[in-house]
Amino acid sequence: MKKREEEFRVLSTTAILGYGFPKASFEAGIRRKPHLIAVDAGSTDPGPYYLGAGKSFTNRAAVKRDLRFMLKAGIGLGIPVVIGTAGGSGARPHVDWCEAIIREIAREENLKFRMAIVYADVDKKRVRAHLKKGEIVPLTCVPPLDEATLDASINIVAQMGVEPLLQALDTGCDVILAGRCYDPAVFAAPAIRRGFDPGLAIHMGKILECAAIAATPGSGADCALGTLKKDSFILEALNPKRKFTRASTAAHTLYEKSDPMHLPGPGGEIDLTRCTFTQLPGGRVEVRGSRHVETERYWVKLEAVRRVGYRTISVAGTRDPIMIASIDSILEAVTSQVRDILKAEKIAGRIYFHVYGRDGVMGDLEPDKRILGHELGLVIEAVAPTEAESESLCSLTRSTMLHYGYPGRISTAGNLAFPFSPSDAKMGEVFEFSIYHLMPVRDQGIFKIRTVRV
Amino acid sequence: MAQSILKAARVIRSKNSGPYELTLDIIFKDKRYFDLFRKRKIVTKQSVAALYKRPVKDILKLLYFEPATALKITMRRPIPSGHPGETDIYGAQQHAPLLRITF
Repeated sequence: MKKREEEFRVLSTTAILGYGFPKASFEAGIRRKPHLIAVDAGSTDPGPYYLGAGKSFTNRAAVKRDLRFMLKAGIGLGIPVVIGTAGGSGARPHVDWCEAIIREIAREENLKFRMAIVYADVDKKRVRAHLKKGEIVPLTCVPPLDEATLDASINIVAQMGVEPLLQALDTGCDVILAGRCYDPAVFAAPAIRRGFDPGLAIHMGKILECAAIAATPGSGADCALGTLKKDSFILEALNPKRKFTRASTAAHTLYEKSDPMHLPGPGGEIDLTRCTFTQLPGGRVEVRGSRHVETERYWVKLEAVRRVGYRTISVAGTRDPIMIASIDSILEAVTSQVRDILKAEKIAGRIYFHVYGRDGVMGDLEPDKRILGHELGLVIEAVAPTEAESESLCSLTRSTMLHYGYPGRISTAGNLAFPFSPSDAKMGEVFEFSIYHLMPVRDQGIFKIRTVRV
Repeated sequence: MAQSILKAARVIRSKNSGPYELTLDIIFKDKRYFDLFRKRKIVTKQSVAALYKRPVKDILKLLYFEPATALKITMRRPIPSGHPGETDIYGAQQHAPLLRITF
């Protein structure tokens, strides 16, 4: 057994793999002799499309650029490189996409290493079995899961905690490529394996997964270094332009979560009620008191989407004050006219109008529906079961709107200004989140590990 | 005289907290304003619901976080992120009604 290290240094390169980082910051991080290079590659923030379509929301060339730095340095130093939520959403197609990029870099750079790939895909049968026992629990504001929704769901993934990553590390691989992960897990697992406190390790991961966003000035495209000790951790930026302050770090604890005191994750939660943030010289912050509290059963969060149909949109604007004054009734009339034609032609689908200048940004949350500007922007959104139907629906709505004779109309040549020809754009498949629920797991067997030689 | 929240806050923002909830942060300029808002209950679930013209039950949480001198409000999204007809996938532009808070 190796003597336990006094501290464990983690280099977080960027907030999302592919967002980039300055070479100088990365090199400064490497000079600090980190024990781990890790990155979070995903998020549900860009919406349901990417999980459903099996595509990454990040750019391939940008992901390759970031990974090249990380792999060369990690293999060179003999320290693990761990990537979480590969391909943005962490389902099988996303992991395959990232694996192909890694193999390409290895060939180009003549790197030889062993890689453990941890998949997060969950079999529908397993979810169904738990559903029958009433063990699929919706998260806040999420409708309960039913059989029909489960049947329609695709690319079901579970957020893995640190345990599958610990198993992957035990294989002795140099690189770990993981599917959907609880964001902090890739930063925390290697430290926990060396005996560091899980509460501190996961809380540090929670901040490092956003790299330098928690610094000031914040940036998602710059590196950060976390140093884990026996009973605290220290955060620092690697770019002289930024520093971690007590305020910036504490404020980050609020970011994107509903309760900053209790951060739930796989198998437990981080309790921050006794957490303290202390400013240290040199733009560093020391955090103490974060505790990991295990839940009685081990729950994982499931994510999945279902296909709703296809979308076609048209972008237009109006500058006519008479039309703007009666836009609500015009949109209503156009909708009902289009609906009648669709019924006669047996075309399915729905139209949505995004009216910029009224409530295009906030929709139902907009308390102030007055129109104060002299022009309105309009996005016609047509969603239908097939692509052909969505195109027909968009085209029909656009032409009806263009020539609609509303009361008091004096501009009789056309109601809309189109910035583009063609005026309509096919947006491809439409997905919506269908599963965002908790499921209990007895062991970590759902996360399959494959080791490969690269 | 009533003063604008902008005098007391240095950050007012909104963001998704998962695809089904929106979370709003008001980070105060200093502990003094934080304490004032907390003590006098200047922002309540009721007042936030009124600002957004939403039912009070849609305002899920309102809590103070001292380490960041911040007030956090979490509310239900009328439409989950990315569902058809939705308007703000990241939820990053839903904060403006909070700018009307006075104290």
